[in-house]
Amino acid sequence: MSENLTLVQAVRDGLRDEMAEDDDVLVMGEDVGKNGGVFRATEGLFDEFGGERVIDTPLAESGIIGTAVGMAAYGLKPVPEIQFSGFMYPGFDQIVSHMARLRTRSRGRYTCPMVLRAPMGGGIRAPEHHSESKEAFYVHEAGLKVAMPSTPHDAKGMLISAIRSPDPVIFLEPKKIYRAFREEVPDDTYEVPLGEAAVRSEGTDVSVFTWGAMTRPTIEAAENLDGDIDVEVVDLRTLSPLDIDTVVESFKKTGRAAIVHEAPQTAGVGAEITATIQEEALLYQEAPVERITGFDVPFPLAALEDYYLPEPERIESGIRDAFEF
Amino acid sequence: MVRVIDEDGEVVDGAEVPDLTDDEFVEMYRHMKLARRFDERAVSLQRQGRIGTYPPLSGQEGAQIGSAMALAEDDWMVPSYREHGAGLVRGLPLKQTLLYWMGHEQGNRIPEDANIFTVAVPIASQIPHATGMAWASQLRDEQDKAFLCYFGDGATSEGDFHEGLNFAGVFDTPNVFFCNNNQWAISVPRERQTASETLAQKATAYGFEGVQVDGMDPLAVYKVTKAAVEKAKDPDEGELRPTLIEAVQYRFGAHTTADDPSVYRDEEEVEKWRAKDPLPRMEKFLKRTDRLTDEDVEQMEADIEDDVADAIAAAEETPRPDPVEMFQNVYAEMPKRLEQQLEWFQSIRDEHGDEALLED
Repeated sequence: MSENLTLVQAVRDGLRDEMAEDDDVLVMGEDVGKNGGVFRATEGLFDEFGGERVIDTPLAESGIIGTAVGMAAYGLKPVPEIQFSGFMYPGFDQIVSHMARLRTRSRGRYTCPMVLRAPMGGGIRAPEHHSESKEAFYVHEAGLKVAMPSTPHDAKGMLISAIRSPDPVIFLEPKKIYRAFREEVPDDTYEVPLGEAAVRSEGTDVSVFTWGAMTRPTIEAAENLDGDIDVEVVDLRTLSPLDIDTVVESFKKTGRAAIVHEAPQTAGVGAEITATIQEEALLYQEAPVERITGFDVPFPLAALEDYYLPEPERIESGIRDAFEF
Repeated sequence: MVRVIDEDGEVVDGAEVPDLTDDEFVEMYRHMKLARRFDERAVSLQRQGRIGTYPPLSGQEGAQIGSAMALAEDDWMVPSYREHGAGLVRGLPLKQTLLYWMGHEQGNRIPEDANIFTVAVPIASQIPHATGMAWASQLRDEQDKAFLCYFGDGATSEGDFHEGLNFAGVFDTPNVFFCNNNQWAISVPRERQTASETLAQKATAYGFEGVQVDGMDPLAVYKVTKAAVEKAKDPDEGELRPTLIEAVQYRFGAHTTADDPSVYRDEEEVEKWRAKDPLPRMEKFLKRTDRLTDEDVEQMEADIEDDVADAIAAAEETPRPDPVEMFQNVYAEMPKRLEQQLEWFQSIRDEHGDEALLED
């Protein structure tokens, strides 16, 4: 059986399934209990599992993440939610100094199997500090896995994989597509493995690598170019560890690449993919890698965010540049 | 401020001596002496370049040993980076402590049977961990464990101190927060950390009890910690489980071997506090109560000298870790990129040999 769910509903479905499956899994954060989360990602869980497993915490990001580290070290599997990824910075020290390093620092005596969830990215006309796309911070930190689904089906399956992962996971949910569309999602528990990209559409002329909310405008751009340019769209899904094999395999086929992400360009994950292509497939390369990204500016307020975010026209231009070089 | 014995080892008026066996009293003293001797030797090893930067504990033995001995075996200790003495009581061998400060990650691997959390360096960051661990224990319906977390006076200025204690109060977790107020956060005095009259009174803001204790009086520390541990497990009606203990004390040496305390504090101040040294104080108490003789002390000193020498020898004989260890334990599941880096690194080792890759 399956249900037609939005991405945020699929997140909730994944949380509920894992909580039912494993008593050690608990959800914590600000407004996640009775209110069901500001985006409703935890709606209904409080009634089903009670206040000891769906915990409204004080408003304190470092406290939420830091206590979750302690819980995880003690054998529970906490899934803390930070209300917006732009508010993760007060807890950044706990993420990079402890969540990421506990296994290393204790030589495996203590581990930190937790999943830190946060809605991320722009495109919903939110106030300042509510639209950041800073996945690169977490990708840069050894010890963490970083995942960002682009479909409801993946959101549920990847979240279940994340909760079952023995390594700590930063699970970033693109809020622009929380409710943008629906998809059939199995009722049953299933895993979409972390570390595996998905080829969303096959093509032979240009490989386009993207993830999260940018996947849909990229697919749209590819469709618009159809007939002129045969585009392969690869949704990376997990940014750490990166699915190098799929990236390289696709690039060897096309010899041309464009990367689409909404994060700022400089030292973004696109730079890492570009370097990977250079290292692994230089002799296949027919054109410079195009980066179609956000700009190196703070995320603008609502009036300008459409100009900041890559949209299909900008993506088309970038793909064309890669093709026509 | 709670006190049991004064500077001369006399029981202060009205104070009750904790209910310990004669052997336990002597054991407490022995641990303190061992911690002191270890500390002296570690500083000396650093000066000789045989270990790296090291944070000395001399002056704080009363607080460390007194509090650690108040824990039951199943209780947990969450240290900062200076609790070598407390760690010793809880089953962390001196060799491990030396290895850590020599730069071996293995030094940070706590033995399986010791309930000690890994050393934390970023100030106050271990406080939310202790709260989370205690909270997890409570969610698992364990009623019999307390979680003792150590930090310094500087840590009380950090957000994580506030957040960790605030969560503990809200969720009523079985925590004991133990502030080693040693008067100085590197070169900045306690008065520059807070305008509060005491650090203990900060507990009021979180809804639970704060206690100020003479941190250089091991018996007072033991007594106060024991009470806090018991309350964490079994509070009275209407009483919250957590306690904030402020142990007022002094570090005689530097913050770490990298700073020179003579730059920021007067020798007079140090001398004033040396008069409160927990070691002679405890020794006098034990002799006065016929629990210890001069011969016992002599024998103890000889044994300790051997123990410390053995630990140093064992640590120094430990070979440099296999560099492959850098790559291990980063993830449970090693990512391909890291595997590639490891393979490349191995090829460089094969090509040049380890000797060529090391500085002298």
